Amino acid sequence: MALDKKTVEYVANLARIELKPEESLKLASQLEDILSFIDRLSKLDTDNVKPTNHILPIHNVLREDQPEPSLTVEQVLGNTAHKKGSFFTVPKIIE
Amino acid sequence: MELNTLTAVELLKMIKSKEATAASICERLKKRISEVDGRVSAYVRSEDLSGAGHDSVSLPIALKDNICTEGLNTQCCSKILEGFRPPYDATVVAKLKKQAVGIFPLKTNMDEFAFGSSTENSFFGPTHNPWDLERVPGGSSGGSAAAVAADEAIWALGSDTGGSIRQPASFCGVVGLKPTYGRVSRFGLIAFASSLDQIGPITKNVGDCALLLNIISGYDPKDSTSVNIDVPDYTKSLSGEARGIKIGTPKEYFVEGMDEEVKDIITEAINKLKTLGAVSREISLPHTEYAVPVYYIIATAEASSNLARFDGVQYGYRAEANDLLQMYKLTRGQGFGQEAKRRILLGTFALSHGYFDAYYLRAQKARTLIKEDFDRAFEEVDCIVAPTSPTPAFKIGERADNPLKMYLSDIYTISVNLAGIPAISIPCGFTKKGLPVGLQIMAKPFNEEMILRLAHAYEQSTPWHTMKPKL
Amino acid sequence: MKYETVIGLEVHLQLKTKTKAFCSCSVQFGQEPNSAVCPVCLGFPGTLPVFNKEVLRSAIKVALALNCSIQEYTKFDRKNYFYPDLPKDYQISQYDLPISRNGYLDIPDGQGQKRIGITRVHIEEDAGKLIHEGNLSLVDFNRTGIPLLEIVSEPDLSSPQEAFDYLTILKNVIEYLDVSDCDMEKGSLRCDANISLRVSGEKVLGVKTELKNMNSFKGVKDALLFEVQRQTEMLESKQEMTQETRLWDADNGETVSMRTKEGAKDYRYFSDPDLTAFLIEQKTIQEIKDSLPELPQAKARRFVEEYSISEYEAKILSASRELADFSEECFRCYSGSDKKIVVNWLIGPLLSEANARGLKPSFLGVGAQGLVDLVGFVERQEISNLSAKTVLTKMIDTKKPATQIIKEKNLLQISDNASLEAMISEVLEKNAKSVDDFRSGKANALMFLVGQVMKRSQGKANPKLLQDLIRRRLS
Repeated sequence: MALDKKTVEYVANLARIELKPEESLKLASQLEDILSFIDRLSKLDTDNVKPTNHILPIHNVLREDQPEPSLTVEQVLGNTAHKKGSFFTVPKIIE
Repeated sequence: MELNTLTAVELLKMIKSKEATAASICERLKKRISEVDGRVSAYVRSEDLSGAGHDSVSLPIALKDNICTEGLNTQCCSKILEGFRPPYDATVVAKLKKQAVGIFPLKTNMDEFAFGSSTENSFFGPTHNPWDLERVPGGSSGGSAAAVAADEAIWALGSDTGGSIRQPASFCGVVGLKPTYGRVSRFGLIAFASSLDQIGPITKNVGDCALLLNIISGYDPKDSTSVNIDVPDYTKSLSGEARGIKIGTPKEYFVEGMDEEVKDIITEAINKLKTLGAVSREISLPHTEYAVPVYYIIATAEASSNLARFDGVQYGYRAEANDLLQMYKLTRGQGFGQEAKRRILLGTFALSHGYFDAYYLRAQKARTLIKEDFDRAFEEVDCIVAPTSPTPAFKIGERADNPLKMYLSDIYTISVNLAGIPAISIPCGFTKKGLPVGLQIMAKPFNEEMILRLAHAYEQSTPWHTMKPKL
Repeated sequence: MKYETVIGLEVHLQLKTKTKAFCSCSVQFGQEPNSAVCPVCLGFPGTLPVFNKEVLRSAIKVALALNCSIQEYTKFDRKNYFYPDLPKDYQISQYDLPISRNGYLDIPDGQGQKRIGITRVHIEEDAGKLIHEGNLSLVDFNRTGIPLLEIVSEPDLSSPQEAFDYLTILKNVIEYLDVSDCDMEKGSLRCDANISLRVSGEKVLGVKTELKNMNSFKGVKDALLFEVQRQTEMLESKQEMTQETRLWDADNGETVSMRTKEGAKDYRYFSDPDLTAFLIEQKTIQEIKDSLPELPQAKARRFVEEYSISEYEAKILSASRELADFSEECFRCYSGSDKKIVVNWLIGPLLSEANARGLKPSFLGVGAQGLVDLVGFVERQEISNLSAKTVLTKMIDTKKPATQIIKEKNLLQISDNASLEAMISEVLEKNAKSVDDFRSGKANALMFLVGQVMKRSQGKANPKLLQDLIRRRLS
């Protein structure tokens, strides 16, 4: 299927990935090839077939409502330098 | 014989009888690594070796870089997860520690986030196949397979979503098993495709594989998709008896595109199985041609969602930016490699408004049909045997620019993950150029015992597992 | 041009289970930021969710209380979007197979009831909190993973007042189930509104406006009132209306447009592969249904029938389960057939005391029997109404029974005619002028004489009886 530049940009935006212009071009072409190949799936008659949401026939996996210890704040913030006190920090959201 | 060239079963006996210590085994491994890993690059972040003091009373195991180890670097060989040290152990790691298996401080190389079939997509550069350093070790668990093949590790764990344990095992001439979906806990495995991923053993022989499977298998209340079925003693399957096992060869697998040498070697292996008493027949898996498209829709869709969390907020790489939107976009644009971006975009597209029905929903329905093919086949046979890969290891860089060609090489392994069944790859010969070829054995869900029984019988009457690459 | 208002409400309810929806972190509030989180609710790589069985139970309770049908096969879906308060950058929610659908809630409507449809009640997880500080936003994930129920009404509400009533009654019902604190100020109940106007009688819905940022039921009503006015003005001046989201600014009493860059959001919903689906058996649904307490509207109806009280009184007494249970206990302790006096004492003095002290009526320490005993004294005219109120206060303060306090304070009214007549005679003798005044038509002379007897009896004479007796004596 044809994948135009606009669609690639839309999808890249949804996925929050910044693409350089040459990247965008290359990816569009590669994705087009892949999608063309994938399109053979449309030959298959799946009208009366149920989708597989879970490959295993298990249901109702639940747990008891019993508390367990949480992490310490140090552990929580231990993998980033972007913190202030006990908070994570991120740049402001521009409306 | 050097300690690092022995199997885990042999070394555990020696540790028990005090002929060897775990510390001496570790030392020997480190020595081997210093001798050859400069050329093989099975491991990443060599600096981790000096930092961590690991448990010297335990036999060490090498882990793929997507398995979480408390306090130790785990970054899926991706820039976007640099510096991440999980504050918890994966369930399999906890199980290993409980059985006195030590966690080797270096993690093995992999395709970034397990996206790949060659380990060329690693942020740290490719791993080289010990049998031919100009070739790929396979992927995405290429580092684990190469380390075991090169005796840089006694045994290892990898992960398999579409063949990522089996294919590198076949390219590197070692044993690799993908357990039934739900047999081994996924808690602590950094997810690629949640409905397809499984952690599994990569070992020098079937005996080590059975032992390792015993240790890592079992129900985990932290994983809603792990199954509450008793774990048998898989080492009891190593009877050496193949008589009466019904094996099926899928006619759809022996078609064009398959390397002639591979075809001959596989045919030879199947004949061997027959001489051992297995009964062979042709079976049909009619929806085989749809497996690759179905996989690349479902796996990438799930991956696009699983990898959304890599956004620079709590861990990993964060790009400089003045506002939040730019931070997200630049972090992910700079932090992910090309293959990761390709798959995330593909997956996002397959789930997006207007395309969901034609792509994702349709793929899920086709998956049902693929599973039903296997259900029917296992009513006729105990095991399905097939090649693991249509070709032996290809040259580094050969397929880098052709993602579609790369995807198509997963043709024999992918259906197994879609159906959720277990499968092993065992070495079954070498090409004229001296490249290993792998035989794949599949069975119905939770019948790893049958696989191990057949694989062990084959192994015992062939020399492949004793051969080592010249490094 | 006459316009009619069409309103739908979306309520998010935090459940007060002990742990979060998909991990075992304790659900607590007011703590240090990021201190009640674990790798799972933080969405650390490699972690997996496991569903809390109590959340499922609570969801079914609420759904049944709202007359919904329970979906026997239900599952979770991922709602994918990027925001810093969402650690996985997707929310575990329910999309096409929610736990329940097609319910209703009845609200008062003039003389009768109006049925407001409830489209669905589904389960999802809460996000974290963001605080804006200059160039940065600070993120606290304590709230992530707390279980939420989303309750969506049909656009059946026709006025801001109806919206207010719907929320009040919804809160009442939920409180009876004891599954949520339903406190809008504390954030355990949140409400967004959708409002549109159309020409009266038209079938097609007008352009929808979504309202957010209301922090109280009154705020919801005020925001809607403002919108009705604003939209009416726009329609009358033929201005074009576009679908938008507006925020309620309580300080300035107006709604303000939220300028969003994106068009319709593409959440790419798909079944969450990390969680199993849930099959809910009929017998489970029945068991939970049987375990539901009598709900407020049913209780109020029964109070009217069983205890012959008015609808208005029943409504007040059933406002909370605790008050309803306490009231019923009082009715049962009281032997008389007409419960009116008990009702008056509950709605009047008892509730006043409770409100003044910030306590629930059954926590005042009076007890149902205690209140009924006090009422008995009043009924037998052994103490005056006024004295009784004082006794009640003392009962709450000292935890002593009415009998003891009345004795200690010597509050027993004099109600026997003999003693009263004696005192009346004395007073009449001493106040001949007042007697004449009364006989010549001055009505307040009677009250003066009553007052004199009261004084003579040190306040213990029964004033009502006195009036009758004196009047008879003088006629």
